[in-house]
Amino acid sequence: MKPLTDIGQLAEHYDLAVVGAGPAGLSAAARASEIGLSVLLVDENPAPGGQIYRSITTTPVTDRAVLGVDYWRGADIVARFERSATAYAARCTVWSIAPDAESDGASFEIGLSLDGRARLITAGQVVLATGAQERPFPIPGWTLPGVMTAGAAQIALKSSAIIPKGRTVIAGCGPLLYLLAGQLAAAGAEIVAVLDTTPRRNWPAALAALPDFLRSPYLAKGLKLMAKARRSLRFLGGVTSLAVEGSGQLSAIRFERGGASQSIACDTLLLHQGVIPSVNLSNAAGCAHDFDPVQHCWVPQIDDWFASSVPGIAIAGDGAGIGGAESAALRGEIAALDAARRLGRITIPERDNHAAPIRTALARTLRGRRFLDLLYKPAAQFLAPTVDETIICRCEEVTAGQVRDAAKRLGVTGPNQMKAFLRCGMGPCQGRLCGPTVVELIAETRGTTPAEVGYYRLRPPVKPVTLAELASLPQSEAAVKAVVR
Amino acid sequence: MFRQMRDAESAATLSFSFDGRPLIGRAGDTVAASLLANGVTICRETPVSGAPRAPYCLMGVCFECLVVIDGVGNRQGCMVPLRDGMTIETQHGRRQPEEMQG
Amino acid sequence: MSAERRSADVIVIGGGIHGCSTALHCALRGLSVILIEKDHAGRHASGVNAGGVRQLARHVAEIPLSNASMAIWHGIAELVDDDCGFTSDGQVLVAENEADLAGCRARVEDLNLRGFHHEEMIDARELREIVPAVSETCPGGVISRRDGAAIPLRATQAFKRKASERGATIREGVKVTKVERDGANWRVVTDAGDFLSPRIVNAAGAWADRIAADLGEPVPLEVIAPMLMITAPMPAFIKPVVILRGRKLSFKQFGNGTVLIGGGYLGRAIRDENRTILDWGKLATNAKTVWDLFPIMRGAPILRAWAGIEARMPDDLPCFGPSAKHEGVYHQFGFSAHGFQLGPGAGAVMAEIIATGHSNVPIDGLDIARFAASAPH
Repeated sequence: MKPLTDIGQLAEHYDLAVVGAGPAGLSAAARASEIGLSVLLVDENPAPGGQIYRSITTTPVTDRAVLGVDYWRGADIVARFERSATAYAARCTVWSIAPDAESDGASFEIGLSLDGRARLITAGQVVLATGAQERPFPIPGWTLPGVMTAGAAQIALKSSAIIPKGRTVIAGCGPLLYLLAGQLAAAGAEIVAVLDTTPRRNWPAALAALPDFLRSPYLAKGLKLMAKARRSLRFLGGVTSLAVEGSGQLSAIRFERGGASQSIACDTLLLHQGVIPSVNLSNAAGCAHDFDPVQHCWVPQIDDWFASSVPGIAIAGDGAGIGGAESAALRGEIAALDAARRLGRITIPERDNHAAPIRTALARTLRGRRFLDLLYKPAAQFLAPTVDETIICRCEEVTAGQVRDAAKRLGVTGPNQMKAFLRCGMGPCQGRLCGPTVVELIAETRGTTPAEVGYYRLRPPVKPVTLAELASLPQSEAAVKAVVR
Repeated sequence: MFRQMRDAESAATLSFSFDGRPLIGRAGDTVAASLLANGVTICRETPVSGAPRAPYCLMGVCFECLVVIDGVGNRQGCMVPLRDGMTIETQHGRRQPEEMQG
Repeated sequence: MSAERRSADVIVIGGGIHGCSTALHCALRGLSVILIEKDHAGRHASGVNAGGVRQLARHVAEIPLSNASMAIWHGIAELVDDDCGFTSDGQVLVAENEADLAGCRARVEDLNLRGFHHEEMIDARELREIVPAVSETCPGGVISRRDGAAIPLRATQAFKRKASERGATIREGVKVTKVERDGANWRVVTDAGDFLSPRIVNAAGAWADRIAADLGEPVPLEVIAPMLMITAPMPAFIKPVVILRGRKLSFKQFGNGTVLIGGGYLGRAIRDENRTILDWGKLATNAKTVWDLFPIMRGAPILRAWAGIEARMPDDLPCFGPSAKHEGVYHQFGFSAHGFQLGPGAGAVMAEIIATGHSNVPIDGLDIARFAASAPH
């Protein structure tokens, strides 16, 4: 691995550009480099690992038991990547990917930024390994300081060995919730309650997928996590509503359970209701997406080789549908093999031979996933908040009630039109924290499905760039005389 | 508000300031993590209503941790490593012209 | 109105601001109307343009239509029950040097001779008063005081909603595949069945050349994708819309502080996929112009860049008015990236022509017949 610390060090062109240094991106880059491709791996964070193996080479957490054995598995993936010849640009943001006009679509133009300086380079193939983000969890008061995502607390623990100070409540559902509760407890945090919002009515549907789950690698792991969390923590299941209390700062979490309302005073509230693919870059790059009713989120259309609808762009890892860290690494390898094949560096039979054992392993890692997806599908009231005053677009401070009203009174049928009326999705997060909720609210109000409503058309720059950065790029057209009469 | 867990590996310390207050951070941490570890609970006020906000996702998604770093506004605190001597300020609503000089 | 209505007095093809405005004004004149739009109203140029409501720097052939439109814009809420986000803080054309300024002066004198007085010269002092942030070196410019800006998609959809309220049938997501003669009627063939009407309006924007070709009136329409970008909210520092005479730039700060930067730099349009691809090299030039002219913008974060799909004619003027070949066919397209302001007035004039056979607003020079010789057959 060759670290690049200045944007000027990047080459003009790479055979393959990989975006994201989680398990999928690291494995894709390593495999492609091993085949002999020139590979650039770009990642926003200061060190490899993505979110799941965040800071694995730099974490100050010394007690390995705190983060658990699954976390440390990432060390092998990073070690292999470090042995490869990949050019690695950490702290580097990709803000645009589009077909390169000069090569007539044979390669991609990639807009990048590092340390406040921007560049345009090209790559023959692209693997997006942008992973997942936490599903928005819009409840009344979730914008108050003191409220964070569970993932944020996990990142703070992994990268800085810091834990919430004072009384902490964890609320929501999904495997990560129990994992985090266990990790934070082991690290010494004072967890006063875990409020589980897993809807009881999810069980019948989930049970149909149980046989597969019983043979899955998740089972032992999951049961252990769950048992540990339940044993040592105050665990309250069947929670049907959540509202943050406090003025200017979180002071308590109010919740309903079995029809009764209670409140727990706390200093930190950690929210989590599963993860969804990060689609901003794939969407802005023009890849087609579908709504996956089981995972209840938008996922890019991909084929067996994780190729998107845009030839030359593959999407590996959780960004192509949630499958977890182990499957992400395998999917990265498969995407890299196909990129090498598209570049004519290996033949189709070579690609297929290399991929066969990986596919077998991949099938094993994905077994049982459906059970988790069905069991932990968030309740409707946490996808489309029932309290109209709930802020759903944190950037532009748009409420659920405003979206409902526009959908009903103004006949707004989709999220792109909603932007023009309410500005939701037009702030700096580019809809990352409101998109799924806006879609849900429109679908509910108009009596249709998220698939029918559609999603935001996302625009580059996918992450903001400054005017100065843009102005410093090479200009393809000199100051042209304006047409003025 | 966050605190260091016991048995964490020690690291070099860095000096920085937040709204003029001198603070100590840990080398290797991001700006957002350093603020949380120092008990800073509010890092910006929104441009729409002026409501206080704090870091929310710590992974570059939510843009809640926007701060002014060394005079440059709209920096994502969770993506910027802390450096010795950094001047960090609350981002008040809209950017002020003198803070916009990139 | 029934979604199943299959015939009407007028069929409007295209749900941009022009189609929606014509549909509304026809409905207001008591005509039954079906509007057919392949996506949703305002999906393309009408919904994603810069929102400039501008009389400044228009071609003289468009000025009467633009005047008619401006009168409507200043009372827009009375017409469509929505203020469309319209604000009127003027538009200013900035001269960056003395040569620019001389050009401005010649233009304003020419307009005055023709009886148009909406453009006025301003000197360096007044320029600085109106646009304090502009670079010190600019010697003056031209102002059109009644100009302003609106929110494009909101405006287009307001016209659609009002047209619908007044009885027009709006069919979104319906794609016209063919237009043909059927006795006294025109048959509009779509992917949702056929529609019949004695009169059709071709307001299909970047797709209008296909309708025109079907009608035996081919036009040299170019599909373009003018690019725009917008910043995060900035402190209020500029009220009017600013355009340049020398270089390509249009610049507008909204009430919420965000700044819209445009100027007509073109990306690539892929109209059959409803898609555009940006050209960052050109946006870099666009950004550099702002960097030069407004130093305080240099650290502004660009949040989004995009392009709409529009129709441009070789002379940058629309095709507007009755067909040169057929009774009952009207064209309203090719506004060449400056049609948003014209929409409300053009719809009113078109409805008047359809209903009465003529309008007092002159539309000379916009006839589709001007391309009859040049277009390939």
